[in-house]
Amino acid sequence: MATETTDAVAGACVDAGGSALGMPQLCADWMPNQIFWLVVTLIAIFFVMSRIALPRIGAVLAERSGTITNDIAAAEELKNKAAEAEAAYDQALLDARAEAQKIVADAKAEIQAELDVELQKADAEIAAKATESEAAIAEIREGAKKSVTAVAKDTAKELVAAMGGSADAKTITAEINARMKG
Amino acid sequence: MRAKHVAEEKAEGGLVFHPLDQFIVKPIFGDGPVHWYTPTNVTLWMGLSLLAIVAIFVLGSRGRAIIPTRLQSIGELIYGFIYKMVEDVTGKDGVKYFPYIMTLFLFILFANYLALIPTSYSATSMIAVTAVLGFGVFIVVTILGFVLNGPAFLGLFWMKDAPAILRPIIAVIEVISYFVRPVSHSIRLAGNIMAGHAVIKVFAGFAALTVVSPVAILGITAIYGLEVLVAGIQAYVFTILTCVYLKDALHPAH
Repeated sequence: MATETTDAVAGACVDAGGSALGMPQLCADWMPNQIFWLVVTLIAIFFVMSRIALPRIGAVLAERSGTITNDIAAAEELKNKAAEAEAAYDQALLDARAEAQKIVADAKAEIQAELDVELQKADAEIAAKATESEAAIAEIREGAKKSVTAVAKDTAKELVAAMGGSADAKTITAEINARMKG
Repeated sequence: MRAKHVAEEKAEGGLVFHPLDQFIVKPIFGDGPVHWYTPTNVTLWMGLSLLAIVAIFVLGSRGRAIIPTRLQSIGELIYGFIYKMVEDVTGKDGVKYFPYIMTLFLFILFANYLALIPTSYSATSMIAVTAVLGFGVFIVVTILGFVLNGPAFLGLFWMKDAPAILRPIIAVIEVISYFVRPVSHSIRLAGNIMAGHAVIKVFAGFAALTVVSPVAILGITAIYGLEVLVAGIQAYVFTILTCVYLKDALHPAH
């Protein structure tokens, strides 16, 4: 086998039957051919890639990431706008609520003021009426007292007369007045 | 002549093992000698790799679509994968070498995968091919290291943070490992691809025996699955090592 290998490297590398002698990898006769075509292929791949494919794919990738970035920025902007709108809406709602509360308070105060005025008026009226009534009652009481005194005097006079006594008017009046006070 | 030879071997016994015949370089046209310029099966399969690369990367990206087609997606995935690898390993200033590394990766990847087609020729199993790639990377990286850094490139071998006594020893080891790089770089690729294909052929030889043929065919299937992995992994390993070597040239300080 060893001699065969040396033969192969030195010679045609292939035996009469078309089988490899030794390792075809080590056949020096074929190496220039492989190296030449390798270099040709590598140069061809390099030119195709560096001139056409890589710039194109790089541009597509850059464009895509640009588009994505723009879209994200646009989405962010829209989100901010939505947040702004929401804030404005909330503010409007708060304002409206405050306004409503103010209106309610105003109305309450107005009603209260009116009520106070009316109450005072009513109080005054009631007080006036009460004074009037008291005066009337006092008058009536006075009147009644007088009447009672008069009746008592007359009755006393009559009683004294009936009992046969005689009494002057002055004494009886003084007596009645003293009794009425007690 | 050839037919007679095969007939003789058949007569000798059922088993015919020629696991290395698949690597023979043959002219496409005629039967003449193989000169350096002769179009051979090497030419054919390297050309097919080129065509496949053109199909995916040029025709696939023809639409320049923002929402990519399937073919364009494949191209973009590979582009992104290698671009990120170059950027991660070599840094921002290594990105300008991206087209070269992409070329290497694509050639190895497509040559490896096309070689998995039955009766195809595996260009990356030839030591001459991988040696050109490996030594090419080595020479370019070494020249680049000296051009970019001047004598400071030698700092790659001089560990400043090692103890003073160890530094010369480490330097010797570093120099040896530096010069072994292209050898291991190229033999790793050729060895992996060649071994896998030869093993498949050996299993295929056993398949001629009726008794063991089910086992042999299962073996072929299993090894083929392994080879699909190996084809991708070896292209990746070659490329990432190239990036690592390039990083050494760009930033020789450890």
